[in-house]
Amino acid sequence: MDRNQLTAKAKDKALFRNRVLTIIIVSFTPMILISGIILYQFYTSYHEKVYAHLGTIVKKHKRNIDSFLNEKLGNIRFIARTFSFEELSDESFLQDRLVTLQQEFDHVFVDIGVINEQGIQVSYAGPFKLGKALYSEADWFQKAMESEYVISDVFFGLRGLPHFIIAVRENHNGRDWILRSTIDFVAFNNLVENIRIGETGFAFILNREGKFQTKTLLDILPKKMPCMDFVKSRRKISKEGICISEGVDDSEEKYIYVGAFLKGGDWLLMFRQRSSDAFSDFRSAVSVTLAIILLGGLGIISMAFILTKRTVKRISQVDQKKRMMNEQIIETGKLASVGELAAGIAHEINNPVAIMVEEAGWIEDLLEEEEFKEGENLGEFKRALNQIRAQGHRCKEITHKLLSFARKTDSRVKDLNINNVIDELVTLSEQRAKYSKVVIETSLQDNLPNIKASETELQQVFLNLINNAIDAMEKEGGTISIKSRLDGKDFVIDLADNGPGIPQANLLRIFDPFFTTKPVGKGTGLGLSICYGIIKKMGGEISVESNVGTGTTFHVYMPLPGDEENQD
Amino acid sequence: MKRARVLFVDDEIIFANNMSKLLTSRGYRVTTVNSGDATLEKLEDQEFDVVVLDLKMPGKDGITTLREIKIRGLFTETLILTGHGAIDSALEAIKLGAYDYLTKPCEIDDLVEKIEGAWEKKDHDEKVDMQEKIKKVVESPSAVFQIFKKKKK
Repeated sequence: MDRNQLTAKAKDKALFRNRVLTIIIVSFTPMILISGIILYQFYTSYHEKVYAHLGTIVKKHKRNIDSFLNEKLGNIRFIARTFSFEELSDESFLQDRLVTLQQEFDHVFVDIGVINEQGIQVSYAGPFKLGKALYSEADWFQKAMESEYVISDVFFGLRGLPHFIIAVRENHNGRDWILRSTIDFVAFNNLVENIRIGETGFAFILNREGKFQTKTLLDILPKKMPCMDFVKSRRKISKEGICISEGVDDSEEKYIYVGAFLKGGDWLLMFRQRSSDAFSDFRSAVSVTLAIILLGGLGIISMAFILTKRTVKRISQVDQKKRMMNEQIIETGKLASVGELAAGIAHEINNPVAIMVEEAGWIEDLLEEEEFKEGENLGEFKRALNQIRAQGHRCKEITHKLLSFARKTDSRVKDLNINNVIDELVTLSEQRAKYSKVVIETSLQDNLPNIKASETELQQVFLNLINNAIDAMEKEGGTISIKSRLDGKDFVIDLADNGPGIPQANLLRIFDPFFTTKPVGKGTGLGLSICYGIIKKMGGEISVESNVGTGTTFHVYMPLPGDEENQD
Repeated sequence: MKRARVLFVDDEIIFANNMSKLLTSRGYRVTTVNSGDATLEKLEDQEFDVVVLDLKMPGKDGITTLREIKIRGLFTETLILTGHGAIDSALEAIKLGAYDYLTKPCEIDDLVEKIEGAWEKKDHDEKVDMQEKIKKVVESPSAVFQIFKKKKK
């Protein structure tokens, strides 16, 4: 038993574990898969959105800067074409042009100068005392002599300040001359510096050599930047001239770089923002999702535990019930086979016991003869013979009880005529009744419909009631009257006797099992409770009324067959 | 005093013999047989007032024997003395026309009482039967032959 309980416990534990695992896996797998897929989709689309947004901004600014430069170039070109070399060589005239330009463009033009073929500045208007400066060695001058115009990189030059130059070459009487103007670095720088997004996003411009063309906080920029690749190769650049990539710099942090070429590919406008900053919304969305998953997961796990605990408890209860039932069935089976065995033995024992008893009877007869009458032990012989007879009858009682216990009652239900059943039982009991001076009268209603019941069970019920009545009237005799009738939807059998009656105190208990008023060994106290059980099983009722001195009446109600079907 | 003629049937020879002794000492004229077939044979041969019949016997059992007695129209009363007190077999025996039943082992006095009862009934039935026969003879003398025929049988 202990071992059974232990294995049952182990089984329950395994069942619990498996169930919890199953529930968790089944609920988590789709949740994680779906969350993962959604998160991935969200990540991709959000990245695309951020890239597109940054790309648009950079493109807009690239256009701004390009148009700024083109406009300024256009202005200078206009002056160079409109006015002659002689006119512009006049410093006061040049001064007037500079003032006009500065008024028009809010001091974007710092100064203006005319330079001849040899690189010597012929005239100059501006805040610096540059006089006849020689530019023949300057990079921009050489470039300008080769192409029609030039926009130089930012450089410090003679004045020691960052600036860049727009120069236009014109031809006068077969000789080249150059009109150049310095662009205010601050004004240009503002164009780029205004591009600020989030906490870490800012822009700068690089030339082909990777030198800064804007005043940027040099110290926050690492020396090595992945963006340099853009400068070296143009392969990564998209159709609209925008290139986006992500890279890790010296500080081990991930940055997004957006680049666009300016000035026909000479300059690169770069925008740089820390990834975590750019995707901060995404990050918070991810944290919220993770929090929800975590909470949901906790919920699932706790639910899995609680529900499984309950289910397993239920299952183990049912299991235990089943085990108990199985044990009971086995016990019943054992009992049945023991019963059969007992019945066989009981039957076989009856014959030898009968022989012993009757032989004792024979000896008793012989003792009556004259020759034994004088024997001094005659009394003792008679006592011993009586004892043999009495014990033989005791054996009979035991075997008969065993036989009735082991008897298989046929509980098959069939159509029965209740009157026939009663008639048969009355015939069976008549002789016994006669010896007890009891008369059995019947008044059975004709044409009663058939009843659906087990014959042996009904026999048991009525034989019990008849026998009880005879037992009750054994001393003084009396009458048993049995009536059958229909009362509404029920068959009613009334079995009345005019015996001593049942005291009120016992009346309530007569259907209780093991209640008997017969002397010990005479009655089991089961007869009426078995009757009660059989009638109840059929869906009927059994009741009793009794008056001490007048007699007892049992009423047995049984449902009509139609009723029973309706109940089903 | 005239005593009843009893045929005692039981497959247990010792039991049958003992019962025979007990009943004989009480003045009955007892014959014992040990099977159903022997019973029928004896009854065909001789007239008995009461047959005390065991139900459980090898070969022809008590119920079959009783049925045969009734079918053959053998004029006797039957008492069932059985080791098995089942309602069913007792009921069937009563239905087949047995006078009453007793369970083994029984008090010899009880058995005597029942034998007396059965004999009385047989006597009574015989008288009624005789009266009817006489009536018939009176009404149609040819019936006499039938009576003799039956007796002869």
